[in-house]
Amino acid sequence: MLRYVAKRILLMVPTLVGVATLIFFLMRVVPGDIVELRFAGETFVKKETLDTERARLGLDQPLWRQFTTWMVGLARLDFGRSMWTGAPISEEIRLRFALSLQMAVMATAIAVTLAIPLGVLAALRQDTWVDYTVRIISIAGLATPSFWLGIVFILGLLIVFKWLPPMVYTPFWVNPGQNLAQLIWPALAVGYRYSAVATRMTRSAMLEVLREDYIRTARAKGLWQQLILTRHALKNAMLPVLTVIAIEFAFLLGGLVVTEQVFNLNGLGLLFVEAVAHRDYTLTQALVMLVAAAFIVVNLLVDLAYAWLDPRIRFR
Amino acid sequence: MQRRLGPLLALAVALVVTLAGPPAGAQEKPRSGGELVFILPSESPSYDAHEEETFGLIHPTAPHYNTLLRTDPNDPTGTKIVGDLAESWTISKDGRTYTLKLHRGVKFHDGSEMTSRDVKASYDKIISPPPGVRSIRQGEYVDVEAVQAPDPYTVVFRLKWPSASFTSSLASPWNWIYRADLLAKDPHWYETHVMGTGPFTFVEHVRGSHWVGKKNPNYWDKGKPYLDGYRGIFIKDSAAQVAAVRGERAMIQFRGFAPAERDTLVQALGPKIRVQESPWNCVILVAINHEKKPFDDKRVRRALTLALDRYQGSQALSKIAIVKDVGGVQVPGTPFATPPAELEKLAGYSRDIQKSRAEARQLLREAGVPDGFSFVYKNRGVPMPYEPVGIWLIDQWRQIGLNVRQEVVEAANIYPTLRSGDFEVASDFQCGYIVDPDLDLYKFQSKERSFANYSRYTDKALDDLYEKQARATDAEERKRSVREFEKRLLDEEVHYIYTLQWHRIIPHLAKVHGWTITPSHYLNQQLDTVWLAE
Repeated sequence: MLRYVAKRILLMVPTLVGVATLIFFLMRVVPGDIVELRFAGETFVKKETLDTERARLGLDQPLWRQFTTWMVGLARLDFGRSMWTGAPISEEIRLRFALSLQMAVMATAIAVTLAIPLGVLAALRQDTWVDYTVRIISIAGLATPSFWLGIVFILGLLIVFKWLPPMVYTPFWVNPGQNLAQLIWPALAVGYRYSAVATRMTRSAMLEVLREDYIRTARAKGLWQQLILTRHALKNAMLPVLTVIAIEFAFLLGGLVVTEQVFNLNGLGLLFVEAVAHRDYTLTQALVMLVAAAFIVVNLLVDLAYAWLDPRIRFR
Repeated sequence: MQRRLGPLLALAVALVVTLAGPPAGAQEKPRSGGELVFILPSESPSYDAHEEETFGLIHPTAPHYNTLLRTDPNDPTGTKIVGDLAESWTISKDGRTYTLKLHRGVKFHDGSEMTSRDVKASYDKIISPPPGVRSIRQGEYVDVEAVQAPDPYTVVFRLKWPSASFTSSLASPWNWIYRADLLAKDPHWYETHVMGTGPFTFVEHVRGSHWVGKKNPNYWDKGKPYLDGYRGIFIKDSAAQVAAVRGERAMIQFRGFAPAERDTLVQALGPKIRVQESPWNCVILVAINHEKKPFDDKRVRRALTLALDRYQGSQALSKIAIVKDVGGVQVPGTPFATPPAELEKLAGYSRDIQKSRAEARQLLREAGVPDGFSFVYKNRGVPMPYEPVGIWLIDQWRQIGLNVRQEVVEAANIYPTLRSGDFEVASDFQCGYIVDPDLDLYKFQSKERSFANYSRYTDKALDDLYEKQARATDAEERKRSVREFEKRLLDEEVHYIYTLQWHRIIPHLAKVHGWTITPSHYLNQQLDTVWLAE
């Protein structure tokens, strides 16, 4: 087991190097210039000012030297400073990470709470009105973009209650009420769509497992139905569900761009979009690395969880 | 029917109250206390106004600073200059020496006294920055020979030649006065720190989230500010901004809303909202690349402007976009603006659009441009108002037989595109902090003089006219030169095309008083005169 984990961690290195190389060159291929964007709107700006700024940011250096600087910094886990604000990148990310992580956790909690019972129920009551209702709810969730649902929530709150969620993030440990008043709505909007994916996966996985021989055997030997469901059926059906939930979780860390806009959340998604729009190479590259690392770690954790859920799976 | 008329009536009442009434704060008795909460649609990379160009810096940070002069906070034209740190000033007869007397007893927020030494250090940084220090408006002060501080409360600016706009330059909202000692230790200090003499002291800035200032109890202008403090909330999405005002989480957004957003707020909040509107000193220009055929031919350029029905465009576009007035090189209603009757004599400004378009077609024929000639209009990838204005332009040009394809260029790439000359016709943009010919006309000088001349022409006659108006000491003489400049730029040579003047719309909670809209979203942001009704 430990050997397997070590091997997977070592395998992360070439993956991350590949991502780092790809994002470095992709950013340079995209047309646009951070210096022009920042200063060219000013009528009186001089060419020398723009040239000096490019030199200060290292953009006058040959591409290979810029690449070397990036890779060396990466090896030292030093992402440098944002080209746009000049602030350390670790600081820019730290400011937004708590909110994005909390949003991801809350949305996941909502999704799991809804998806697993509904998915199991739909499988157990296949082709009854219960199943149809669950399927309608989940298909509606898949068809509804979470940002649109967010807009509906905001308009509903404004029109019905003349109330709007707070627009500035307060950490949970500072004021839990204020924190939840702001984040519960986007978490519900995102969690609903997320739950729709997981519900459908739970239902189909359960249907498959419930037809297995060992379930029939368990029933034949008179095992209590509740026990069959939780210990034998659900545990085995969870393998694909876990994968879906984990991938969605990693995505939520940096991918909630529009929902963050709608609810004015100061999260990593918006930071990502602004970094790209500003052609802030250093910040964009760092954020891509963060999301890539999150996906890799989450995948590893999912693989480890497989062994716990299904002892037949052994790591080599 | 009644339901549909309700919001319109409310809007009409709100506008009438705003436009016909006295400037906000001019006659009411201010009340002290309260926290102003406003929306910040943009965020500045650094805190140093000498090197930034975004209103995203001015709106949250200007209340921490003072400038030497400022525009009168009650003047809706934003052109009347009054003292700020300077209590008075005189100009020598030859127009080359400006002597300013400073208020005494002005303290920085760290308790140290502000003197002429600080003013000189700040202006030296702007005019001749030390190596490695950015000053993006350095080019605005080429006429300054020296800045002197003969005594702690006197500052003298000696100019190389008389400058008609120098008082406007001294009132620039970007020229915050910094502490000389801090600049001497580290000229980059103000990029990451805030410390001025302004009505509010700095409390907190959480990037991407909010900015907080609190009342400066030792402010030199006794009795001000009226607010206990202010809080700016960064909200980039316009729908979220509207929701914030509608939900009363924010009281005002100082840049501007679109007409539909104004109507939504007026409909939702009724008497709780007040709307201020003004022509906006921003305009989308059409840059015509003189190095690309057939646009090197002024008949073709003239045809492009003749095709535009600006008056009908104003009526239609002002309902959906932040553009409205038909203007020349100066914002309508300001001191150097061309009166409407005279403006109508310029190519493309006539009210007889059929005649103009007939002339445009004739000019295209003479220039050998075939019917259905195609070209690409590169438009900046910012929806409001570039998208509606771009669509309008293409439709207008189609009506003289031109077939125009729009290519949207992402905001980060528009200036590299313009700079490289890789375009035929493209959208360009100008936005000034004060309506003043020097500031508004600078970019139209020959490409050898103006780095922002994207139409890529050389016109010595235009350069001479620029200098003539800039050095005129008599207002009437200057006005004549500005008219000549305008005629050459927009009519005789058509180096550039002015589309419609932007229109600034500020709906705000009615309890916000003491703030008057101006044509510039850079002005009037010290917040010292702002107060909140109960």
